[in-house]
Amino acid sequence: MTVQDIIEAGYFELCCEGNTKRLITKAFCCDLLSIAMSRAPENCVWITVMGNKNTLAVASLTDTACIVLAEGVRLSEADMACARQEGITVLQTELPVFDAALKIHRLGLE
Amino acid sequence: MSDSITFRYKISGDDFTRAGEASSDVKNKLKMMGVDNNVIRKVAIAMYEGEINMVIHADGGNVTVDITDDNIKIVLADQGPGIQDVEKAMEAGFSTAPEEVRALGFGAGMGLPNMKKYSDKMDIQTVLGVGTTVTMNIHM
Repeated sequence: MTVQDIIEAGYFELCCEGNTKRLITKAFCCDLLSIAMSRAPENCVWITVMGNKNTLAVASLTDTACIVLAEGVRLSEADMACARQEGITVLQTELPVFDAALKIHRLGLE
Repeated sequence: MSDSITFRYKISGDDFTRAGEASSDVKNKLKMMGVDNNVIRKVAIAMYEGEINMVIHADGGNVTVDITDDNIKIVLADQGPGIQDVEKAMEAGFSTAPEEVRALGFGAGMGLPNMKKYSDKMDIQTVLGVGTTVTMNIHM
C-alpha cells in the first residue's frame, strides 16, 4: 500500500502532498515526540494529535511516510509551508486516533 | 588515520521550532554520502534529542559532527546551567523540562536515555554554572 492509496480512500482531508508513491509498512500512533522519535518505524503512517513544527521534524528524521493529524488538529499556515518544503504528506481528520489508525490498517496492512 | 569531514552548527536557544534543522542537515548529508540507513537513523535520533536538550535547558549551543570512514562523532557543547545529577538525568522518565515544553510533546525524560541508546559510546562532561559537553560516537 502506498501513501496515494490512503489519499484515494477518501477518509482523510489532504492538506499537504509529498511523495505519495512511498510504500507504507505500518500504522503508528503516538503523541509524545520523544517516544515517536525513537520508535516510529521507517515508512510508517504516523497518526497523532500533536500538530506543530516539531512533529514535522520528527517525521522527517524518522523517515515517516506520511502524517495523519487526528481529532480535528490542524497545522498552522507556517507549519504547512514547512511541510511542503520538506515534502511531507500531511492528512487530517476529525476522527479519533484509534479510528483513524484502524481505517488505515483495514485498507491494506491487515 | 583516514580523512575526516567536519560539519559545525550553531543551535539557537530562543526558537524551539527550529530545533532539528542541524540534525536534518546532517541526515541529508549522510544520505548523499551513501551511509547505511540504520546508521543515519541512529545519528538523526541521537543528535535531534541533543539539539532539543540544548534548546530546552541551555539556551542553545554548538554542535560539531566529525565523519571518518568508520565512525561519526557528534559533540554537543553548551554554556548552560550544567546537569545537577547526571545519573538521575540518565533515568528514563526523569525530566526538569518546563510545562510549555511538555505541551509540545517533549520533556518526557527520554532525551538522554535515547541519546545513549542510539549511540555506541556516549560521554557527558558537565560543570554546574559553566556548561555541558556531550560526546556521542556512532560506528559505521
